[in-house]
Amino acid sequence: MSDMTFAPARPAPLPLAEILPWAVFGGLLLLIAIYFVGAEEGATSVFQGSMIHEFVHDGRHLLGFPCH
Amino acid sequence: MTGSLLLRGMLVGVLAGVLAFLFAYKFGEPQVDLAIAFEEQMSATEEAAAPPADGAMVMEEPELVSRATQATTGLLTGLVGYGAAVGGIFSLVFAYAYGRLGALGARATSALLAAAAFVAVVLVPQIKYPANPPAVGSDDTIAARTSLFFILLVLSIAVMVAAILLARRLWAQRGGWTAGLTALAAYLVMVGIVTFALPPINEMPDGFSPEVVWNFRVSSLGIHLILWMVIGLGFGALAERRLESGPSRRPAYS
Repeated sequence: MSDMTFAPARPAPLPLAEILPWAVFGGLLLLIAIYFVGAEEGATSVFQGSMIHEFVHDGRHLLGFPCH
Repeated sequence: MTGSLLLRGMLVGVLAGVLAFLFAYKFGEPQVDLAIAFEEQMSATEEAAAPPADGAMVMEEPELVSRATQATTGLLTGLVGYGAAVGGIFSLVFAYAYGRLGALGARATSALLAAAAFVAVVLVPQIKYPANPPAVGSDDTIAARTSLFFILLVLSIAVMVAAILLARRLWAQRGGWTAGLTALAAYLVMVGIVTFALPPINEMPDGFSPEVVWNFRVSSLGIHLILWMVIGLGFGALAERRLESGPSRRPAYS
């Protein structure tokens, strides 16, 4: 038992070059998703009309995004 | 490894969104309905007081999405989409922070980051520009309100990142207490300056029930709390299994 340690060693960080492509492309797509839930067809519109706005209307209000 | 963490973050985010939906449906939706009832009553009173000059009834706006859909599939889609996106971005931040915040393991890193994110993304922006139910807020100011909200969100996150970097820098030379308290003090001053500098927004109509506003805002905070708790704790558990399944976690055969 004496060689068992419960204090973890300092974990090795992931290399930046491995994170970067995921962060750039994944991050961009996910920010676009947040835009569609939080702001599309409010102050700015990618699509015409207000279908998306109306569909996610309650979620937008309850998440605290500005909404009409 | 980052891709696998991203997948886990988004899956936990979907679960968090579903749980937040259950809470939102039970506690948030009744307040939305009360606010919409007030809105309709207000516009009916306005019409009665000043009928349109040509005697024609004001055309009701066509209902694109029914209230029942908004309160169920619409709300679920919004919260799950937001949860997945936030969970994914969280996992990317985690991928960078892991191993770069002293000796913190995966679960501790995840829990700490989620707590910091809740303060930066939810608490600080909501204190300045709180969530508002329908009937509160004018159509004419939506552009300005949206800009201010996102400016505050970006500044709030930037200030939190600056405080964490400051704590990390001081930690080695001055120790945990001095580093933590110095960074906390710097954070509070920066948050104070940012929230004070941005203009206030108050578009509460006369006669709107304060109880509905309070209950609405508390349920909004509850939704965010569920999202961030599930993401912080759930993702931490999954990430630990992926990153730290070393010999000590396997059953001891010898």
